Amino acid sequence: MHPVRKKRLTIILFLLAGLSVAVGLTTYALRQNINVFYDPSEIAAGDAPVDARIRAGGMVEAGSVVRSSEDLTVRFRVTDYAEAVTVQYTGILPDLFAEGQGVVAIGRLQADGTFVAEQVLAKHDENYMPPEVSDSLKKAGHPGSDTGASAEQTGY
Amino acid sequence: MYPELGQIALILALLLSVLLSVVPLAGAITDRSRLMAFARPLASGIFVFIGLAFAILTHAFLVDDFSVAYVANNSNSLLPWYYKFSAVWGGHEGSLLLWILMLAGWTLAVSVFSRRLPEEIIAQVLSVLGMVTVGFLLFILMTSNPFDRLLPNVPADGADLNPLLQDFGLIVHPPMLYMGYVGFSVAFAFAIAALINGRLDAAWARWSRPWTTVAWSFLSVGIALGSWWAYYELGWGGWWFWDPVENASLLPWLAGTALMHSLAVTEKRGVFKSWTVLLAIVTFALSLLGTFLVRSGVLTSVHAFASDPTRGAFLLGLLAVTILSSLTLYAFRAPVVHSRARYGSLSREIFLLLNNILLMAAMLLVLVGTLYPLVLDYLGGGRLSIGEPFYNLTFSPIAIAVALLLGAGIFSRWKRTDGGWLGRKLLWPAAISLVVACLTMLVFGGFTPWAFAGLFGAAWVTVATAADLWDKSSSRKGRWHGLKRQSRSYYGMILGHLGLAITMAGATVVSNYGIERDVRMSPGDTAEIGDIRFTFTEIGERQGSNFVAQYARFDLSRDGDAISTLYPEKRQYRVQRNVMTEAGIDAGLTRDLFVALGEKVGDNAWAVRLQYKPLIRWLWLGSLFMAAGGFLAIADKRYRIRKRAEQSATENGKASGEENPAVAGAAG
Repeated sequence: MHPVRKKRLTIILFLLAGLSVAVGLTTYALRQNINVFYDPSEIAAGDAPVDARIRAGGMVEAGSVVRSSEDLTVRFRVTDYAEAVTVQYTGILPDLFAEGQGVVAIGRLQADGTFVAEQVLAKHDENYMPPEVSDSLKKAGHPGSDTGASAEQTGY
Repeated sequence: MYPELGQIALILALLLSVLLSVVPLAGAITDRSRLMAFARPLASGIFVFIGLAFAILTHAFLVDDFSVAYVANNSNSLLPWYYKFSAVWGGHEGSLLLWILMLAGWTLAVSVFSRRLPEEIIAQVLSVLGMVTVGFLLFILMTSNPFDRLLPNVPADGADLNPLLQDFGLIVHPPMLYMGYVGFSVAFAFAIAALINGRLDAAWARWSRPWTTVAWSFLSVGIALGSWWAYYELGWGGWWFWDPVENASLLPWLAGTALMHSLAVTEKRGVFKSWTVLLAIVTFALSLLGTFLVRSGVLTSVHAFASDPTRGAFLLGLLAVTILSSLTLYAFRAPVVHSRARYGSLSREIFLLLNNILLMAAMLLVLVGTLYPLVLDYLGGGRLSIGEPFYNLTFSPIAIAVALLLGAGIFSRWKRTDGGWLGRKLLWPAAISLVVACLTMLVFGGFTPWAFAGLFGAAWVTVATAADLWDKSSSRKGRWHGLKRQSRSYYGMILGHLGLAITMAGATVVSNYGIERDVRMSPGDTAEIGDIRFTFTEIGERQGSNFVAQYARFDLSRDGDAISTLYPEKRQYRVQRNVMTEAGIDAGLTRDLFVALGEKVGDNAWAVRLQYKPLIRWLWLGSLFMAAGGFLAIADKRYRIRKRAEQSATENGKASGEENPAVAGAAG
């Protein structure tokens, strides 16, 4: 083979090898780190995988927040007004976390149906509703998906 | 009446920019210099009218004109005046107006500082910028008019600025970021002009280089400010979340970094031309994509002010038109590559090519991670998010590879580098970096592979840069003379690379050795991180101008010696009733100590986050180095001497103080 062509062929093979390694690693990393959203109805129906990192969300049920008296563990129920799931979290909740507000939690579902959260996200301001939550509320037959926000506004 | 004037000013600016995008271009194509001469006055006119509109909006904020809907939604009479001022770009419409003002400013700057360029080039460049201006002015006038009135029901007071945005960070972060985003439109305009007239040569690269570098410097500062702001205001001590909005600013930065390096090769060696043009187009497209992602409401975050679907559709259309038309032009006009390799397989060209490949790979990774969930959701594939581990796992190795390559590339020569010589050159830097990395790990305690890789990379860049400076500055007339002989652009490069090393060292150390504890504390309790003792001494209440705050007092000590006292706060804003956390931070070059109050968890107990953040300041310090390097590089003589000669030749009476905006920028 002509030396110039040989050089080009080596470069191309090298690039292809590098590219396939990169694509492979990316796909692997993606598979490991995709967090799918489930709403309380789906979790109650058993659609959500147990002990896999998922996201769950809905409205925090009024009167459901229970704090431990020793440490920062808190338990609350998240509902889409059809079903509810108990969330357990140890740590600091975001400023905008409150009963009757929309939240999204990232964590793992346990075999006993409790959702152990590593992270709890609340909405950024009173007009904002996590889109997953508003969708799932609509699905559960609550078209007034921003009820939480307007309830808070009229409360003052 | 003023707001209506603002609206009229915007409409006039739109008419002028339509003229700017047609007349000079037509002149350049038909070779009529009378038409081309319209370019500069039109550019000034657009700037004047957009500046007027911006001034009118600012005035409406400062005098609390709540009949303007945008003011009513984003301001309040209780706000201090400086937040009223920064509230101008605190919402969607105003920040878009700021975007356009920057664009008009860059256009004006091009028309002022490019007098030595051939007439038809400048006409084409300004025309392309005019087209971009038309697009954005149409966007603001059709979908997001900041001057819309609330008549006759004028609210008594405004809805207030989101408390998250009532902060020094917001005053400076968006303008810097936008300077960067919009600045890449100049590189884009030069690329398109070069494609139109087929003049893709070293001169073209030299013209677009300083503009690209300045835009990149602003963007670096803008990103760093955003990260700093998130750290103390939003994030409970986090500094980068791989949030789609952050990614949106990182994408053009990565592409812009590649563009800067590729332009260097095109200027010095006249190769990689097509690639450089493509990069210029991609970088600007990514800036537009960033604007689309942040402003359209497809992402929900603190930045997504509105989710009016027509805005998203308009921006997406604008993005599509820009990408399609410029890529079509590229397909027809890009020079055919005659691949007669005039450089060896181990040369500076190759090192810079690898740098480009790595940066683009990193950019693609971030792009995939950002867009994949959006596209999947749009196609009905379900809602999912991609977690931080994805980015950490894929981005970090690329960053380290870039650093290793940089250290070696710095010694390489154009055309051909001797492999054995390069190997011998690199032996000492490798040994020193190994020692530095190990010592640093000993100081901070504990070996982890990532910490080693990151620290080695940072040390490697630093040592190699220093060694190269040492080599280059050797002179028979003494070291000082040798140092003085180096060009400003060389020192700019050195600063930029050192900045990268500093940021990398900071990121590595803070991610690997930072300590974070969430504890339940009552007044009188103590908690410890390492040998630092945090004592919660009291809790109290204070009144701010537009908020009520509960503050805690923490005494920090080490071995009985007081270090400092911190007052973290929990603020409740009066108008929006939002609760905000203000962290107490004891900042230092070697470490930050960070206390934030969580919620009240018992009668007298509070959730408290305590953090020890070693070298976190280095993250942002590094980006300041990078930006300073960029500004220094464009102050290089080779860009200035010609300009001076040109100026004295044409007797052009422009104040010499305006000669180089970046020099003033670097000084200020």
